[in-house]
Amino acid sequence: MSLAQKYPNEVNQIMAKYPPEHKRSAVMPLLYLAQREEGYVTKDALKDIAQMLDITETDVASIVGFYSLYHDHKAGKYRMQVCTDLPCALRGADKFLADLCGNLGIQVGETTADGLITIEAVTCLAACDKAPMFQTQGPDGIKYHENMTVDKTLELIEALKSAGKEVK
Amino acid sequence: MAHVLLRHRDIPNLNQLDVYQKNGGFEAFQKAVTAMKPNEVTDVVKASGLRGRGGAGFPTGMKWSFIDNKNWPHYVVANADESEPGTFKDREIMESNPFQFLEGLALASYAVGANAAYIYLRGEFWQVAALLDEKIADMEKAGLLGEKLFGSDYSLKIYTHLGAGAYICGEETALLESIEGKRGQPRIRPPFPPAYGLYGKPTIVNNVETFTNVPLILAYGAEWYKSMGTPDSAGVKIFSLSGRVKKPGNYELPFGTTFRELVYNYGGGILDDRPVKAIMPAGASSSLIVVDDKALDTPMDYASVRTLGADLGSASVIVIDDTVSIDWVINKTIHFFKHESCGKCTPCREGNHWMLHLTERIHSGEGSQNDVSLLLNVAKQMQGKCLCALGEFATMAVVTGIERFPQDFQKAVKA
Repeated sequence: MSLAQKYPNEVNQIMAKYPPEHKRSAVMPLLYLAQREEGYVTKDALKDIAQMLDITETDVASIVGFYSLYHDHKAGKYRMQVCTDLPCALRGADKFLADLCGNLGIQVGETTADGLITIEAVTCLAACDKAPMFQTQGPDGIKYHENMTVDKTLELIEALKSAGKEVK
Repeated sequence: MAHVLLRHRDIPNLNQLDVYQKNGGFEAFQKAVTAMKPNEVTDVVKASGLRGRGGAGFPTGMKWSFIDNKNWPHYVVANADESEPGTFKDREIMESNPFQFLEGLALASYAVGANAAYIYLRGEFWQVAALLDEKIADMEKAGLLGEKLFGSDYSLKIYTHLGAGAYICGEETALLESIEGKRGQPRIRPPFPPAYGLYGKPTIVNNVETFTNVPLILAYGAEWYKSMGTPDSAGVKIFSLSGRVKKPGNYELPFGTTFRELVYNYGGGILDDRPVKAIMPAGASSSLIVVDDKALDTPMDYASVRTLGADLGSASVIVIDDTVSIDWVINKTIHFFKHESCGKCTPCREGNHWMLHLTERIHSGEGSQNDVSLLLNVAKQMQGKCLCALGEFATMAVVTGIERFPQDFQKAVKA
């Protein structure tokens, strides 16, 4: 099913933001829509968006490749993206990330066995005064989690687990 | 002193439209649209001495006066890409005092005759964008945005646009490319955006904090604004304080406040009461200032910070204490810039790649003094050879780190 069939209202809202002769501008919001369910942009979605905007699939793929928040492969349902840049690292972000990975028994870039969480190290998220911090990128968008500890993070993971069950 | 930008700290629920209006909100915009010519708004901003708060410090009113009136339509774009490590002020403004920012954006749009304005937020500000969309809808309902505002012929729409994780999109021409649905790579300038901007049309791009100053400048006048700060740097600035301090956070202070006041009076001093070793006043793009009494007593304004061999930039003050080795600091900053280089200019793309190899090797203890010399050499070769400032920014901490803290590198490398 195409994006326009699946999310007609949202697609219309997105297209209305930009002058009709510059509809290519809609590529970024459409890509967010495309990866909402699967967590990544499928080949079919690339083709769909390219057709909608009269650009090539390569044009769309170049956007996916350039920007950090678009993904071309499947990962955990939630990507837990920990900032390890200088200001956060000065407040213990590297140790937090190592301890968290140790606790979950996975390395940075890996996914928990239940497919719920992928841990990633990312660059600055503009929350330097509230380190350690991370964002979760998942089906419900992007959320910040600040002043975190490993214990608080494990609680959050439990909550995400049970939230998933309720949905099913 | 009452806040000018972080007014939500003085006035509860300022993020609600009725509260904002009860506190004078949108009076300046209504007055401008109904009783002032567009260029009169620009003249007030010019007279106030307001300079761009995104880092470059370019005079705001002068930028607005450059708009090309022979080519239409015009656009105004708010740069809410806030991605410099150490900077976290625009998010607080947008979350807690959104209407003052939106009113500033509306005033700028009126001043340059734009009927559409875009707010470009970094993709991570997903929740902030959703909140701004609600506030924009509140304004439309209240007749503060839309067609024929306040019975005039002026119409304005404001839209949010989310980026998707690319520091380079804070560079204004890369940002415009990104709104156009392209990779965020800087354009060759000139022409500058006031002549050739979004969709090739005249466009004004300013930082969120810059716009947020404008409503009160219009309400209280240029002289009131200039009475704060220093002659060179008028008004107030939000200093984002981070790193090894007890109370990191945003502090709105007049320009000319000293580093000592910021770090010790507002920031509560250094963790474990250690001595300060270095300060980066402009985030990861910053030169490293060697901290002594003279540096601590230096006023934070554009001209004074320059006497310390650094720029104030976006005033993202990262504090480094004596437990931290500078070879680790530059390894962190280069990791960032290598990830964020857009790849357009070879010196930046390749230079950052090789600088990361070298800083990794030096920091891991496997480097030699030759690697340090080579690193400095690579950094200097990048300078002045890139289309935008990113290539330059990446080298600042490397060059000043090696030149100003040689002992840290001597210790880090093999004998």
